Amino acid sequence: MRNEEFENEEIEQEVEVESEKERKVVIPGEVIVKGHDYLPGENTEKRGDSIVALRYGLAEEFRGLVKVIPLSGIYTPRRGNVVLGIVSNLTFNGWVIDVGAPDRAFLPLMEVPRFVNKNDIAEVMDIGDAVAVKIWSVKRRSIDLSIKSRGLGKLEDGMIFKINPNKVPRVIGREGSMVSLIKEETGCNITVGQNGYIWIKGEKVEDEILAKNAIMFITERSFVSGLTDKVKEWFDKQK
Amino acid sequence: METFRLTKNRIKDYLSNGKRLDGRDADEFREIVIETGISKKAEGSARVKIGKTEVLVGIKMDVGTPYPDSKDAGNLMVTAELLPLSSDRFESGPPRFEGIELGRITDRGIRESKFIDLKKLCIIEGEKVWNIFIDIYSINDDGNLMDAASIGALVALRDTKIPKYDEKEGKVIFGEWTKDKLPLSKAVPLSCTIHKVGNCLIVDPNREEEDASETRVTLALSDGNVVHSMQKGNEKEFEIEEFNNALDLAEKNYKKLYPLIKKYIE
Amino acid sequence: MAKEKSSDKESGFKRPDGRKVDELRPMSAKVGVVPNADGSAMFQFGNTIAIAAVYGPKEMHPQHSQNPQRGELRCTYNMLSFSVTERIKPGMSRRSQEISKITEWALKPVVMIDNFPSTVIDVHIQIIQADASTRCAGINAAALALAHAGVPMKGLVSSVSIGKLDKQLVVDVNKEEEDWEEGEGATDIPITLTSDGKLTHIQLDGKISTKQLKEAVELAKKATEKIYEVQKKALKDSVDLGK
Repeated sequence: MRNEEFENEEIEQEVEVESEKERKVVIPGEVIVKGHDYLPGENTEKRGDSIVALRYGLAEEFRGLVKVIPLSGIYTPRRGNVVLGIVSNLTFNGWVIDVGAPDRAFLPLMEVPRFVNKNDIAEVMDIGDAVAVKIWSVKRRSIDLSIKSRGLGKLEDGMIFKINPNKVPRVIGREGSMVSLIKEETGCNITVGQNGYIWIKGEKVEDEILAKNAIMFITERSFVSGLTDKVKEWFDKQK
Repeated sequence: METFRLTKNRIKDYLSNGKRLDGRDADEFREIVIETGISKKAEGSARVKIGKTEVLVGIKMDVGTPYPDSKDAGNLMVTAELLPLSSDRFESGPPRFEGIELGRITDRGIRESKFIDLKKLCIIEGEKVWNIFIDIYSINDDGNLMDAASIGALVALRDTKIPKYDEKEGKVIFGEWTKDKLPLSKAVPLSCTIHKVGNCLIVDPNREEEDASETRVTLALSDGNVVHSMQKGNEKEFEIEEFNNALDLAEKNYKKLYPLIKKYIE
Repeated sequence: MAKEKSSDKESGFKRPDGRKVDELRPMSAKVGVVPNADGSAMFQFGNTIAIAAVYGPKEMHPQHSQNPQRGELRCTYNMLSFSVTERIKPGMSRRSQEISKITEWALKPVVMIDNFPSTVIDVHIQIIQADASTRCAGINAAALALAHAGVPMKGLVSSVSIGKLDKQLVVDVNKEEEDWEEGEGATDIPITLTSDGKLTHIQLDGKISTKQLKEAVELAKKATEKIYEVQKKALKDSVDLGK
């Protein structure tokens, strides 16, 4: 199912771009800025003339819009996100996928770009199989999935581990620069799910471990500036 | 979420070369951090961390009546609670099998090795004896709660001071302690759990490795090679040869582990 | 209030551990104490230590407990058997069940989970060591753990117990004070306030005039401001910005 040819290509998805702006740690209820020139953005609200944080995270202001980038919290599914999941059930017309969110996610049978015997959909993907999927739509408490984009589908071999989903943007990097660096250094195929699950497959298990350790290094230092250089240094030390 | 099957397969494949994903050898424990006297209210207590796994163990004592079949000996009671706080896999409510087994295995190692001289904890034969309660709580489960619980119980017992007892009233004065320690034997029944992951035997599995483990055996050893209690768990079988290797590994493990906890025990 | 306090000084009221009447025990707080949890925290008043872990929002089980209109908050409070001098039997007592619910009510006004229908956030609180005011320490730890878990909140809550020992109001009661027997004995008033000063929890056992109860709430307000600073610092210090 997985097309090897495309494995090294970046999966198209919207990625929050990391920025090097001045940030401060805020806690829920804390006043971030005062004055009528500001607008409340994500995870904030206006109280009187103040913009107040509603989540624990890093406050950021850009052209008067104030928002909080969360440091923690479960994954919130968004349309267009690539996520990794595990097949948790089979139905007559598709697969129920656990993507680590409270919501039920469903992959319809018709998403598979070839003929499938309806009586034996386990032959395509069985319970316990790992899949890379794209979120097609998020309805109230249910998610529809797609695997029609390249690089998606059942994951064979390799390993999967989980990181804090809030650190995914740093692992991907600006326009995918960070994950590209790791791929280059390790020769591994890597799919970073927005839900924090990461799939790595290399020629040798040692390469996969190196890639995983690099990612752990990033998650531990995800708020440090100039992270790309530090990761390069880290790789040099491993050699 | 349960560990992905492909990750479990990776763990097994890599172990067939004797290697673990976190870089450890098959017979290597994660870092063990022990802290005793963590509770001012308990007679004895300990916090044991093995990597990210953490347990708290407390010892409480009071005076009760002996069991009819052991009129001249104190009573030992071990309970373990797998707190929902420590993992999303544990649920609130009455104890489930995993917690019961954890308590019972810890109990048997201590009881059968006669680590505590229960006879010395008799106050009036047939009437009054000391009760010793060992309570084990999981705080974070990242695999191998079993060995963490055992280490915790042993060092907490060693940390224990016997409470003051008013002989006239026949009552324990809670919150006041004597300088007396528990009568403990020099033979320390250290538990070691050997897991079979793929075709390899390992000690101290982390969460993912424990998920990949198909069978296990827990042994309480003293003096390096005396077995006091044992339990094989899980569904898969052991070859006799594998089992013999597991015994050798347990023996080897005791030699490495005991020096680490020695200063908390002696 | 100021007048009240100065008259206390004149009366020379001595607390068993030598604290001033409005003085809290040394506090400490830390987040991230349970790596498995989505959020976790420890909060300590002197010898009272509580830890809390948050899991969720996650799918609510059993399904019939699901609320399709909003998320639910579910708290469990319990004490380790050896957290007190006389062993507690494992399992939830009536007392633990009531405190669990009280904790839920204390936290609910600040937790914004309307946007998570059919889900639940589990907050598990354990008292590691008890020297009175355990529910307050538990609530403080729980508020921290919820924030640490990234749960949207209007703000934190902070909790303290105000005691009336004989006729004297004191802040942050310990066990020795809880067992006060002289004069009018001890009255225990655990109080929880939001960071903008709203009451989310108050209980009382003992004997007190309505006038003095109002003073107790004022005392709690001042004390929770100090607690809030400790909570805030714990959350802020856990982030390394690499500066």
